[in-house]
Amino acid sequence: MLTGNWLRYGCHLRGVLAVALLMTAAAAVHGASTTTAPGTNQETNAPHEDGQWTQPGKDYQNTRYSGLDQINTENVKNLKVSWEFSLGVNRGQEAPPIVVGSTMYVVTPYPNYCYALDIDKAIKGENPLKWKYDPKTEAAAQGVACCDHVNRGCFYDDGKIYFNTLDVHTCCVDARTGKEIWKTKLGDINSGESITMAPLVVKGKVLVGNSGGEFGVRGWLTALDQNDGHIVWRAYSTGPDSDCLIGSQFKPFYDWLKGKDLGVKSWPADHWKIGGGTVWGWVTYDPDLDLIYYGTANPGSWNPELRPGDNQWSATIFARDPDTGQAHWAYQVNPHDLYDHDEINENIILDLPVDGKDRKVIIHPGRNGYIYIIDRGTGEVLSATPYIRNTAAKGVDLKTGRLIPNPEKAPQVGKVIRDIEPASPGAKDWQPCAWSPRTKLLYIPHQNLACDYEAVDTGYIAGTPYVGVNETMYAGAEDPAHLGFYDAFDPVAKKIVWRIKEKFLCWSGTCVTAGDVAFYGTMDGYFKAIDARPDQGGKELWKFKVASGIVGQPTTFKGPDGKQYVAILSGVGGWAGALVSGDLDVRDPTGALGFVNAVKELPKYTTKGGVLYVFGLP
Amino acid sequence: MKRLNRFPLAALAIAMPLAVWSCKREERSFRVQPPAADTTDKVIVSKLRAGQMMATTTQRAATEPSGGPIAPPPPGIAPASKPSAGLVHNGYEENAYAVGEGNRLYLAYNCVGCHFHGGGGIGPPLMDDTWIYGSNPEQIFATIVEGRPNGMPSFRGKIVDYQVWQIVAYVRSMSGMLSKDVAPGRDDHMAGAPPPNSMRYQPPQWSTVGTIR
Repeated sequence: MLTGNWLRYGCHLRGVLAVALLMTAAAAVHGASTTTAPGTNQETNAPHEDGQWTQPGKDYQNTRYSGLDQINTENVKNLKVSWEFSLGVNRGQEAPPIVVGSTMYVVTPYPNYCYALDIDKAIKGENPLKWKYDPKTEAAAQGVACCDHVNRGCFYDDGKIYFNTLDVHTCCVDARTGKEIWKTKLGDINSGESITMAPLVVKGKVLVGNSGGEFGVRGWLTALDQNDGHIVWRAYSTGPDSDCLIGSQFKPFYDWLKGKDLGVKSWPADHWKIGGGTVWGWVTYDPDLDLIYYGTANPGSWNPELRPGDNQWSATIFARDPDTGQAHWAYQVNPHDLYDHDEINENIILDLPVDGKDRKVIIHPGRNGYIYIIDRGTGEVLSATPYIRNTAAKGVDLKTGRLIPNPEKAPQVGKVIRDIEPASPGAKDWQPCAWSPRTKLLYIPHQNLACDYEAVDTGYIAGTPYVGVNETMYAGAEDPAHLGFYDAFDPVAKKIVWRIKEKFLCWSGTCVTAGDVAFYGTMDGYFKAIDARPDQGGKELWKFKVASGIVGQPTTFKGPDGKQYVAILSGVGGWAGALVSGDLDVRDPTGALGFVNAVKELPKYTTKGGVLYVFGLP
Repeated sequence: MKRLNRFPLAALAIAMPLAVWSCKREERSFRVQPPAADTTDKVIVSKLRAGQMMATTTQRAATEPSGGPIAPPPPGIAPASKPSAGLVHNGYEENAYAVGEGNRLYLAYNCVGCHFHGGGGIGPPLMDDTWIYGSNPEQIFATIVEGRPNGMPSFRGKIVDYQVWQIVAYVRSMSGMLSKDVAPGRDDHMAGAPPPNSMRYQPPQWSTVGTIR
């Protein structure tokens, strides 16, 4: 009894002390963060480096470039594990570790725990857990998650953490205390909706899009008020112009994208209501033009015979006014998409010389196999450069802006079409690129995937998949031994400067630093540092074997001790790793929408996991 | 002579049972009685419910919803044959046509969208011996009708009971739980998982078995 009491008192005292310490630390963090809140230093392509990583893309342009240079090409080989943290969830870990002051924030896959970790304590080998927020995500939401239960991260702004949950909610949590400030329901799992994307917070709005393109969901991007979470506007991706927030400001560059209610007319009757075009990727913001950019996903169903027409505005890049949501321009990357080529990939905001003239552009490494450079003021396609062997399309007509599909590879009901490349996950999926203003190169983790594709009849039942395709994937003929490519792309010369090949897909994001080091992870569980310079051929400088395969987003930051660190989540999964994270059976090559066939060796290389790793120099 | 006689006799003694055994074929009863559905209650365990259906093909309505409550079995038909494991005897499991119908319905009700051709994806695999909510016919029936909390939608009121029992028969065939003589029809689609009746009832397979392309 006595011992017990003593223990309890001891705990209590320690608790009080901890709380006091936490409060001081949090106050320090808060003080630091208010002066460096995102939005204050985003005007240039190379912002002042504050050593933090407050949003998944690092900055509104989504460069994923850090100005830190302590870790460089010479000393990166000395990197050691500084600390680890178990996330308690063994599903695909696609989120980036977000760093604000001396606190790190991490969101897990379903059930979408959010952790705040004290970096100072972690470095000293003490318990880093400050708080854990559990949004009580509805378990049934797992049934509408097409591609594992992933979450792509949280966003810090003005003392608050914003993130989304699989059961279609957006949460706002006090960054100091982990207390819920507001939580808004944005949709219904019974319509097949879910959310996996990381929100973008800009000009007082939290921008959130839905997932569920494999469930005949009607896609949207929604703006919530940053302070109280009420819905300010919602822009649908299909339906009448009034729903799509297409009005007088809408000036698409190409004539075929002009006309009233294309979001209705380009579909069979009423099909736009189940037409997909979800928004589960990245949103970027250009303060100069005051426009946001994002891409919409595939049309529903995958079987294209069920939806004759261009199927606007699926597989489309939109430019919108963040205050009103009104569309300024749209460019449909894949009219009448044939292969589940979502175009939700990031639109990195850069100012580049194009044919000798300085242009304000976005770079969009497309799922359809082309790297697009688009004038971000007008929506004009300036170039579309192939970065993978392509049998599905013959190119992009730069006069009309239209993709030229290969009729020989068009899916047909009841017929198996073989060797379609890129396969459904495209030349590149969600995994975000990085841009270095030093090397002027874009670092693209992506994949080498082809597929066999059979369209089959299917009917829509709300809350169940609406796909209508049997698919099996395999490595593309360019290199049947490698599923993963990691490219350094020169957008001015429009050529791939060097390429790294991996046995499995490069399904992790990447980041690059002023030390000219780029980081990424592999699905068989290596975290790697690469020489980012153009003349080094993508030389591997260092690698470390982590517990489970990597599908996350590396970040780098300056710790409270003034040293640079690199962080990554280990934990295989996502669509590419669902075979392992979902305990699927390898005997069915069509499993996980055909991905099982491509990665059937993966279970020999990795098991499930969920661990945060932070590396530093000794 | 005696020796000569003995050989064919012995051969006959071996051949006869063999012949009889190999003659075992599907005992088809033409009126299969679906099991009573009251083995399940009206509780929906899942928050997810299959909802509104929309025909999207020009050829046919994709689904045939019953829309009604669980129907009692038609009266006056004697059980077809010997009971299978579990509480309920699902006569459809001895009828190749019914298993084939189960396959067709498995596609039409989008089961394939989550479980694919047995390997799983959004939902767990159905071709191995791992069963979270039980592999007996009445357990699978209940799973389909009630839904399950981790994402399996409830199809209550969406599929008529006899069709659910046909789907149950097909689902059990995927892991080789049905008699080999109930051979389903040829699948004309892309070569996917091995045909249901060639499956062994065995643990999940995570490493490569052969090369399937």
